[in-house]
Amino acid sequence: MTGLIVEDVRYSYGAKRALDGVSLSAAQGAFTALLGPNGAGKSTLFALLTRLLVAPEGRITVAGHDLARTPRAALARMGVVFQQPTLDLDLTVRRSLVYFAGLHGLSGRGAEGAIDAALDRLGMRERAGERVRALNGGHRRRLEIARALIHGPEVLLLDEPTVGLDAASRAAITAHVHDLAAEGMAVLWATHLVDEIATGDPVVVLHRGRVLRSATASDIAGSGSLADAFLAMTGEEAAE
Amino acid sequence: MRRYLVALRAIVTREALRFISQRGRFLAALVRPLVWLVVFAAGFRAALGLSIIPPYQTYITYEVYIVPGLCGMIQLFNGMQSSLSLVYDQEMGSMRLLLTSPLPRWWLLFCKLLAGVAVSILQVAAFLAIAAGFGIRLEPLGYLAVLPVLVLSGLMLGALGLFISSAIRQLENFAGVMNFVIFPMFFLSTALYPLWKMAESSPLLARICAINPFTHAVEAIRFALYLEWNPVALFWCVAAFAAFMALALWGYDPARGMARRRAG
Repeated sequence: MTGLIVEDVRYSYGAKRALDGVSLSAAQGAFTALLGPNGAGKSTLFALLTRLLVAPEGRITVAGHDLARTPRAALARMGVVFQQPTLDLDLTVRRSLVYFAGLHGLSGRGAEGAIDAALDRLGMRERAGERVRALNGGHRRRLEIARALIHGPEVLLLDEPTVGLDAASRAAITAHVHDLAAEGMAVLWATHLVDEIATGDPVVVLHRGRVLRSATASDIAGSGSLADAFLAMTGEEAAE
Repeated sequence: MRRYLVALRAIVTREALRFISQRGRFLAALVRPLVWLVVFAAGFRAALGLSIIPPYQTYITYEVYIVPGLCGMIQLFNGMQSSLSLVYDQEMGSMRLLLTSPLPRWWLLFCKLLAGVAVSILQVAAFLAIAAGFGIRLEPLGYLAVLPVLVLSGLMLGALGLFISSAIRQLENFAGVMNFVIFPMFFLSTALYPLWKMAESSPLLARICAINPFTHAVEAIRFALYLEWNPVALFWCVAAFAAFMALALWGYDPARGMARRRAG
């Protein structure tokens, strides 16, 4: 089985239940949106998916590898873009990528090739010698996406990657990641912004730790807009 | 195996590049022990008489006595500062990035420790070079013999910092930890005064000094600098490293959840 599969995952912080039997899947070649208001449990789910936390119940499978039983094989097939920035501002773009490649055991010519390919994909090749500090927010995010692709993952996870970006950067990054999905990557994109989702995208609506609905964006929207449908389901204002 | 070494190199290089770009940190790391050596030791020289104790074979001045302790102090501060950067990294997310590497977590944390040790040894080398400029010269071979001991003591102090970083939640708390960890460890050790001096004033404090792992780190460094072998101190350093490392791994166990406090 390929892509990402989450089955009946539960997680609590003490007495507070953050995830209550969440099941979802992100298939290869699809941009799956994990749509939920703040506090829905998206970040907890991402912490479990990236093994910063371990779920006591449920099962997570990444490209056919069980995250609990073979965590390293699963992590090796996963690219992650965290919500918080994770770049060293004083390193150059290329240095940052060499560091990450090293964490995945890539070095020498193999790493150089993978780094160039990732930079080309995101149109960042000419910025390789610049310090990260010199990049604007949009380019830093692009760099983080490029970095997440270096080790050739099959599953790409992005946790609200457009937070804090202007409209143009947001649209560009959303389009880039849709392209990656079209090329065959399994993408899980957490967001609370409905305008980042295309009509044909599969959407998983998460609210208060539960999956409310799992269908394509157009099915969920019905005759109205996705924003209205989301609002009706969660009872909270969706940001356009 | 190759992947392990590639990751080690990547982590050490990153730490070294960060260190070079933070010149202020390097300067502070050097100035601190030099102030002790030049100012504090000069003042104390008159007040403190030292008898001949191993590994010294002749009367020594107070400056000579505190050099190994100041090497230890550099490593103590460095160990705590590396973990300060870990707390900062966690908040910046770099720790998350590190821990999503498909290598065992113990190896990643060990690499992180070794990177900190490498930086601390550079600082100690610079300090010893300046001390030599002030006329405190040791046996040439002593500078070599102390290297493996500095690796061990650096690992031990780094592991302590790593454990503390896993246990504290915010940067603000760290200042408190500095006061409650660094100062007691430093002052309740043989860095500034030999054990018998301490015993003269308080047997209880002397006993605390004797079990302080930092004392053993300082003594291991002191003996190595004079090409002598101190198996007891080395044993205590190894044991303390094992204990602190076990605690640190426990602290960073995902099932316990290092991110528990900030996810969600």
